Amino acid sequence: MMRLLTVLLMGLTLVSAPVHAQNGPLRLELDEGIIEPLPFAVPRFVPDGPSASQYATDISRVVAADLTGTGLFREISSDAFISQVNSFDAPVQFADWKAINAEALVTGAVNLSGNRLTVRFRVWDVFSGQELGNGLQFAGTTEGWRRMAHKVADQVYSRVTGEGGYFDSRVAFVSESGPKDQRRKRLAIMDYDGANVQYLTDSASIVLAPRFSPSGDRLLYTSYETGQPRIYVLDVARVRRQELNTLDGTMSFSPRFSPDGRSIVYSLTQGGNTDLWKMDIASGQSVRLTNTPAIETAPSYAPDGIQIVFESDRSGTPQLYIMPANGGEATRISFGQGRYGTPVWSPRGDLIAFTKQNKGRFHIGVMRVDGSEERLLTASFLDEGPTWSPNGRVIMFTRETQGASGRSTLYSVDISGRNLKPVRTPDGGSDPSWGPLQN
Amino acid sequence: MNLLSKVAAVGALALIAACTNSDPSNLDGGSGLGPDGQLLQGSPSDPRSPAYFQQTVGDRVLFAVDQSTLTPEAQIILQGQADWLLANPDFVATIEGHADEQGTREYNLALGAQRANSARDFLISRGVAGTRLNTVSYGKERPIEICSTEECYSKNRRAVTVLTGSTLG
Repeated sequence: MMRLLTVLLMGLTLVSAPVHAQNGPLRLELDEGIIEPLPFAVPRFVPDGPSASQYATDISRVVAADLTGTGLFREISSDAFISQVNSFDAPVQFADWKAINAEALVTGAVNLSGNRLTVRFRVWDVFSGQELGNGLQFAGTTEGWRRMAHKVADQVYSRVTGEGGYFDSRVAFVSESGPKDQRRKRLAIMDYDGANVQYLTDSASIVLAPRFSPSGDRLLYTSYETGQPRIYVLDVARVRRQELNTLDGTMSFSPRFSPDGRSIVYSLTQGGNTDLWKMDIASGQSVRLTNTPAIETAPSYAPDGIQIVFESDRSGTPQLYIMPANGGEATRISFGQGRYGTPVWSPRGDLIAFTKQNKGRFHIGVMRVDGSEERLLTASFLDEGPTWSPNGRVIMFTRETQGASGRSTLYSVDISGRNLKPVRTPDGGSDPSWGPLQN
Repeated sequence: MNLLSKVAAVGALALIAACTNSDPSNLDGGSGLGPDGQLLQGSPSDPRSPAYFQQTVGDRVLFAVDQSTLTPEAQIILQGQADWLLANPDFVATIEGHADEQGTREYNLALGAQRANSARDFLISRGVAGTRLNTVSYGKERPIEICSTEECYSKNRRAVTVLTGSTLG
């Protein structure tokens, strides 16, 4: 029996051990366009006693939901199972799983000792009868059970696809309630799948557009706390916020972290004109990056920090431009019909997601960084504000419905354009920012 | 948050709620709430009252899609505002810039600021002291009309001059 690698979850702090997937023949190539989802089975993880029973059920369900939710995998119902898995260490009856066409099988066990939960799992390539990668275990307190399930699912995803997962990640967003003309907005954070919503501000002031720091420890956002839009930074763990010392102007907004987390790029409005500036967080020193009478906003760093993509209406309509991270000449990259906004560089560096308005409709789309190969992924009355999953495979965005009863909802879509679906939140939601994979 | 700001928040919500339900025809005489939530003082028949400014002079100007340039109609209204502010030097004002929902959030915030500033620049060019005129942009966060047709959108693309104080009280 192979030794299990152990990863400890200490409360909400995780210590991770590197796991190198040893890829067997089972492999889902994401770039080849997945037409038929890969069938898999997750028999209920084996609890080591009655007290672990509910956790075993819940964890197996979250693992299956994570995989199914990608649109790349299809779960085979337990009703079809021929074999039951009653012992984690017993040999797998591959013939029984082959017979129901399960290509991947995830087996697991859950141990509860006091408040401490341990989850062990293995991923199997049913047709070759081989294990995919090594068995692994996660341990932590019971309140971290969902994260353990997400970590198991991330392992399955990355072993089968060869790419990083995105399930153990969080999303910051603006929770919205009330009609359009009396909308109340609160900053909130949740698991990527809409679970564990936590509110970070009350609705006394309008709050807009939170953005995660690269490590996920802080959020930048814009609030009307002083009466004018100003930029704040919030320590996520302590839920403590402070106003950033941006330059004087009527307002500062649209902040984004640099990839090293030490500086921000933001919009500053002076005398009605909005330009981009960069601020070193430690020193509070701001440097101007653009200087035009047009609107410059919605900046986003390339993952290597060398360039910034942003939105400007210097040509007469809002379009996308790329400039060096310290300012300088900007190159227009959007040339299709319509207006382009909110560019966001993908974490893989290869694509830029954007909002496009054309002929009264809104779209979320992607293009290569030179503006070529534009593809629209969605179309509706109002789609806006894309944010990338940590692995660059999925985009989350805001969809607002029209009219007096219009409501904002978070949606996600695969960059193939498939698997469009709402992300369930207790109230309406807007302005998502997808954080990094947690450690 | 402290109690004071909670009270202020509740007050602000009450103000917004009241303004949605208010019919401008009910505002004659006394004080009431304007469409953008500002307190209207005095009688609209008193040329020195904020109610007169709001209803007779006209407190708002509208803009074309994506534009912040002042139309001839807007310039006539702003000329009236300038005349009124010059005749009533104890008042100060905040000009609120707004956009309709057909645009992205941050772009609209910048656009609202451009619109508020266009109105402010015009008032200053007609002699109103800049120190009496603040601006704030709400982007698409505070529409006054919530239907999704051009008729509503055109009313939302606005700069509203809100009288915020008078040393006369």
